Amino acid sequence: MTAVLKQTPLFNAHLAAGARMVDFGGWNMPVAYGSQIEEHHAVRQSAGMFDVSHMLSIDVGGVGATPFLRRLLANDVAKLTIPGKAIYSCMLNEQGGVIDDLIVYFFASDDWRLVVNAGTADTDLAWIEEVAKRENFDVTIQARRDLAMLAVQGPEARERVWKVRPQWRAETESLSPFTGALLNGDVLVARTGYTGEDGFEIIVPATEIEALWNDLLEAGVRPCGLGARDTLRLEAGMNLYGHEMNEEVSPLIAGLGWTVSMKDADRNFIGREALEGVTPDQIMIGLRLRDRGVMREHMKVRTSKGEGVVTSGTMSPTMGVSIGMARVPEGVQAGDEAEVEIRGRWLAADVVALPFVRQGKVLV
Amino acid sequence: MSLPTDRKYAASHEWARLEGDVILVGITENAQEQLGDLVYVGDVNVGATLEAGETAGVVESVKAASDIYAPVSGEVVAFNEALNDQPNLINEAAHDTWIFKLKPNNPADLDSLLDAAGYEATL
Repeated sequence: MTAVLKQTPLFNAHLAAGARMVDFGGWNMPVAYGSQIEEHHAVRQSAGMFDVSHMLSIDVGGVGATPFLRRLLANDVAKLTIPGKAIYSCMLNEQGGVIDDLIVYFFASDDWRLVVNAGTADTDLAWIEEVAKRENFDVTIQARRDLAMLAVQGPEARERVWKVRPQWRAETESLSPFTGALLNGDVLVARTGYTGEDGFEIIVPATEIEALWNDLLEAGVRPCGLGARDTLRLEAGMNLYGHEMNEEVSPLIAGLGWTVSMKDADRNFIGREALEGVTPDQIMIGLRLRDRGVMREHMKVRTSKGEGVVTSGTMSPTMGVSIGMARVPEGVQAGDEAEVEIRGRWLAADVVALPFVRQGKVLV
Repeated sequence: MSLPTDRKYAASHEWARLEGDVILVGITENAQEQLGDLVYVGDVNVGATLEAGETAGVVESVKAASDIYAPVSGEVVAFNEALNDQPNLINEAAHDTWIFKLKPNNPADLDSLLDAAGYEATL
């Protein structure tokens, strides 16, 4: 029997909205519903929504939860003291390579939620359970496959959410970025996102996601697929697991050094030993192509400091020019010139600081 | 969807229409639908002589680059410069948007290409 693709609870909704579906890491997901470029513009200019139910929420509880997460994650969860506050972190292996990047929410010292990538969810869960077991942490680990998730993003996103769910407004109106609120009925509304725009990521019981989708649709929020998701996050200078980093890549050369907390010398998180005292000899930069063409993953980059590689590339809908993220030798700086090998020709590019775009504005 | 019968087709999804002594070449509606939003059309070498099936240029969607091929052998005599700023013209009207013009070595070579029904059968 051939492998069957997994479906989210919004599968039928995607088909009804005219989605073109693709296999994304074993999940049957919408790549676009029409023009993915228009979907991209909708997020930058008004509001779009993404089914991200293929991602996995993992609830970690028990008296050992805090020390467990301080051991498991490269960022220090002890920074989180206000219920609902979240941070972005990598989960490393003993060699300092990235198993996954994720967001972790604090609710109480014995109540945390991790949100992990779809493609790595199974390996993440196996790793988390293995570490808890072999290191004897008193924790409960619950994979929440009963939940679904919707990202509503754009300058008008939050208003549209409040329009269809006025009962959520009071508790979510003053949420600061990277903070969530746990609401009645196992609902989490967080002011987070993967687009560089304001908005909410909303986690609800799977049985309730279709009604939310339909209400937002009626309120004029545009369905957006994985195609737009990728061009938006790349413009926002955000890493994509499997591109900027993977199990063989250290966060220090993936532009994620800022998410690794060495501050507490007594916190021996997994991977610390491999990273301690290491000065990275490579860095992540942004590239903006000067000529016409499209930069793509794996293309070679030439700089004054030596050769590098494009880790993600696309045509930027907002900027109308090709942009990319690249790993190059340390010492390359914004303002430098570079060249990218595209289909056998070396084309000129400018090195720019990330992000390219935030809150609808081009920054480079 | 009915394919125009005023032209020939290649199995590689190009259409070819004779206009005077020059062939206009584009890609089919089916091809543009599969590719999605086009963001770059180019790498067409005006003045080059190509064999049938040789790479004549590229159409790039957000996700991937797709080579386009000379349907018959000849000399590339023009590129549709409008596609520099508006590659999406192909998405909007694939059968009305030529990409390059080819002066065929032998106009009769067009006869060996597929007609509308023949191309449709390959889909």
